[in-house]
Formats: sequence, structure tokens, C-alpha cells
Amino acid sequence: MGGPSQVIEARELRKRYGDFTAVDGIDFAIQAGECFGVLGPNGAGKTTTVKMIHCASPLTSGTLRVFGLDVGREPRRIKARIGVCSQEDNLDPDFSVLKNLTVFARYFGLPAPGALERARELLEFMGLWERRDDRIRDLSGGLKRRLVIARALINDPDLLILDEPTTGLDPQSRHQVWDRVRTLRRQGKTILLTTHYMDEAQTLCDRLVIMDRGRILVEGPPAELVRSRVGREVVEVWGYPPALLDHARLSGWNVEIDADRLFVYTESGEDILQAIAHRFPSERCTVRMAGLEDLFLKLTGRELRE
Amino acid sequence: MIGVLRNISPRALRVWQRNRDVYFVTWKTNLLPPLLEPILYLLAFGAGIGALVKEVPYRGGTIGYAAFIAPGLLATQVMFQAFFETTYNTFVRMYYQKTFDALVTTPLTLEDIMAGEMLWGASKGAIGCAVMMVAIGGFGLLDYPHALIIVPFSLLAGLFFAALGLCFTAVVPQIDAFNFPTFLFVMPMFLFSGTFFPLDVLPRWAQAIALALPLTHITNVMREAALGRLPADLAWDLLYLMVATVPLCLLGIRLMTRRLVK
Repeated sequence: MGGPSQVIEARELRKRYGDFTAVDGIDFAIQAGECFGVLGPNGAGKTTTVKMIHCASPLTSGTLRVFGLDVGREPRRIKARIGVCSQEDNLDPDFSVLKNLTVFARYFGLPAPGALERARELLEFMGLWERRDDRIRDLSGGLKRRLVIARALINDPDLLILDEPTTGLDPQSRHQVWDRVRTLRRQGKTILLTTHYMDEAQTLCDRLVIMDRGRILVEGPPAELVRSRVGREVVEVWGYPPALLDHARLSGWNVEIDADRLFVYTESGEDILQAIAHRFPSERCTVRMAGLEDLFLKLTGRELRE
Repeated sequence: MIGVLRNISPRALRVWQRNRDVYFVTWKTNLLPPLLEPILYLLAFGAGIGALVKEVPYRGGTIGYAAFIAPGLLATQVMFQAFFETTYNTFVRMYYQKTFDALVTTPLTLEDIMAGEMLWGASKGAIGCAVMMVAIGGFGLLDYPHALIIVPFSLLAGLFFAALGLCFTAVVPQIDAFNFPTFLFVMPMFLFSGTFFPLDVLPRWAQAIALALPLTHITNVMREAALGRLPADLAWDLLYLMVATVPLCLLGIRLMTRRLVK
């Protein structure tokens, strides 16, 4: 069993709905103080995993311990120490911004004066104090999301779960959310983040897993994963001729294609670029740093889901 | 089903508090109907039909028509308030507002949440009843202090209908499906539970059916209390209600958890 710094430990974790296997025997562990990402396309099993962690969904098989406690046996004790920012906004539309927090504090048994103080701190932290008396329907999507995160922090949780925290937000709101998450990370909060945005995972996570169809494909720090699985750089060629693809394969390059682009993953983009320019001078090429997106597409394929 | 009890804690009261707080945010729209409704009924039925009927034979004697229907209005008020709270309103919280999804991430269990919902439904019935008593009392149709027993009793009556409502909420596919229990159970009870006319006028078989309806027993207790008397045979009505309410509460919680745990 993991040491005291192990916040979550999952072994052979499995969840079936009838014939459909949402989570298919995964193992992972999250250490105190890290921001751990679960990255995957829709239907990968991210949210199902999260629901099992916060004891809302019973396991089909396997073991899952949070703070060393069994999720099936001690849900109350576990949930008292977790904060969940769920994918869907489920704020109380009949209450003001402030009241949403103080009412939520009651569910954790926080005494009223302390709860008010805490709510104030959180609203200030999230930049919502000026809006404290507003009704929920008057808030934009970004503000609602920040309020849901503030609400998830009301019990000063030892584990903060952010389930797709920026899905559907405009770029500015996303950055505001990221900013706060980074601050929380600096303060040493243990964070579990699910997302299908590569840039989000790359900028926020210390370590991540990529999930697809209920399984974990790879695990590690994002930069290391990209480096070891994809390479340092990517050469992209638009509107490539079939001859180039043949040439690339014959040359033993690590190559991928989509509808109208050819990608070559490499340690040195410049060498590849020159090789291409030499034989196919008219092609439009560019070199860039390899990123999570390349790894993700390489692992999960390029076909459209759903 | 007893396992349900293990997962209920005093935290259920936090859910009750949440619903109470929402209720008092919009207190004007919530408290006005139970205050005005009986006045309309008493004018239409009491003064209108009462002008034709004047006296109603009841328990070997006669009473005025308005005095007869007033407790019936209280009983149906409890039924409507409690039943509609844990059907339509609970469904809105469950399905549209996703309130329960947020609540289960706290130390609350689903059983706590459902217990809180039912207790609130019962309380809403009792609040509606108490407010209505103010209006009805203004017509001099309640004999105090005996009539005061109606308030705590309405809590038990409310719990029955809140539990019944929750059972339906656990099984309806969509919110419009509440039309069925409303027209198959609630409306017939509203009309045939000794609320607007004494059951003795019905044929024997219909009386037997009416006696099986919970609202009949609730109306009975409330009418006697309103008339300032508490005969011993009310114990049967109370017993009926308690025996029906306890398993219904457990069933409602059980069915709701079955619906929501995935």
C-alpha cells in the first residue's frame, strides 16, 4: 500500500454499465501536492473515473483508496475532504452568489461565522466578491465556472477535483481559470484535472495519463511523454503529394497523416525539412515543437468520435 | 430496505434547510395562495352551495356546510403542497438543476438528501396548512385550542404524501408523466375523501373505497379537531397513517437511490 503521501490509489479499477465497459481495469496513483491530469476524448472514461473517486458511482471491480480509505466503506469521510468542480453547472439558481457558498458550507458542517469568512476569501480569490449579491442567471459562463470552483474549495479540501473545468469557456475565461488553478497548485493543493484540451493539460499538469476507451494508454509528465513517444520536433507538410509519403516511409521517418497534412516526428526538424526541400521543392513545410496534441493524436487515432 | 436507515444522518436537515431557504427567498408567492385559496373556496362553496345546503348531517348531528368543508380544505392543502413538492419540484432539482449531483459531492449521502426532501415536503404541507388556518380561523370555523392539534398532525399527513410523491419521482421518465398520478390518485382523493360531502351519502362499496384512501383519514382527524373534539376512534386514523407512512418513506428513498446511483 502507498505511503501517507498517496492521495489516490487505484488498482484494476473497472466500471461496467451492462455490456458497456466505461473503465477497463486501470491502475494509477496520485501523490500529495501534484496536479494530475486525465486526458482523453469524449467517452474515454474520465468522468466515470472521477465519479468513482468521489464515491458517487460504485466500482464494478478493483480497489480504490482515497486518503487511504476505501471508497465503498467510508464515503462520508472521503467526501468531507474532497472538493468537486463538476462538468455541468449545478449552482443553486434561487440563491445569490454568496449564498451558494454559505449554503454549501452547511453540508460540510462548517459553523456559520467561519463559513461566511471562508466564502468571502474564496470569492475574493476568484474575483467574484463584487458580484456576491448577484443571482446565478446573471452570471456569464466563465463567472459561473469560477463560482463552482470557489464552491469546491469551501471545505478547504485535501483533494480538488476539476472535471473539464474550462469546457465551453471563451479563451479569456479559460485563462482566468488556469491562473487560479496554477495559484492553487503553487499553494500545494493536490489537484485531479480531467480535460480534453491538450494545452490545458500541458500547462497545468505535473503528471498525466491519456485514456481512451476505458484504458490508460500512457502515463508520465507531459514534456517527458512527448519527448519519448513523439520526439522533439514535428515537420508539417500541407497538401503533400503521394510520392512524399512513399519517400518518407522508405526513409524510415516516423510519419503520420491526416486529410491534408503529413507529419514527421523527429529529433531534428531542420534535417527533415532540408531533405524534403531537396526532393520536393514546392511543398509548404513548417517545423514546430512537438506537443501533447501530437502524442494524443498518435495514440488515439485521428478518426472522429461520436 | 432497512439498510436505507443506516445511510441517513442528521445531515438530512441541511437539505431541509436548503429548501426552506429557497422557499423564503420567494415567500410572497409561496404564502399568498394558501391564504387566499380558502377564502375563494369558502365564498364559492360555503356561501354559494352553502346557501342551498345549509346543514350537513355529520356523525349523528348536523353542522353548517362551511364548517364541514373547511377542514377538508386544510387536508387537501397538505396533500397538494407535499405531493407537488416531492414530485414536480424534486424532479426539477434532480433533473434540470442537477442539485443532487452537487449535494452528493459533500458528506451527504443520497439517503440523507432524499430524507431531507421528504421532510421538507412534509413541512411545506404543514406551513401551507398553518397559513390556511389563519384565513379559515378568520371565518370562525376553527375551535381552538383543540384545532391546534391540526398543525403537528399535518406534518405526519404531509410526510405521507411527500413519500408517495418521491416514489413517483423515482420512476417517472419525464416531468409530464406526473399527470398520471395527479389525475389517478390526487384528484380522486381531493373529491372523494369526505372533503366536500359526507361519505354516508355514497353507496356502501364506494364508502369502502373511500375508507382506503389516506386523505379520508386525514380529513377525519382534522374535522374533529376543527370542531373542538378528539374522540378515541381517531386513533384508528392515526394508526392507518403511521403504518402507511413508514414503509412508504423507506420505499421512496430506496427507489430514488436506485434511480440516481449509476
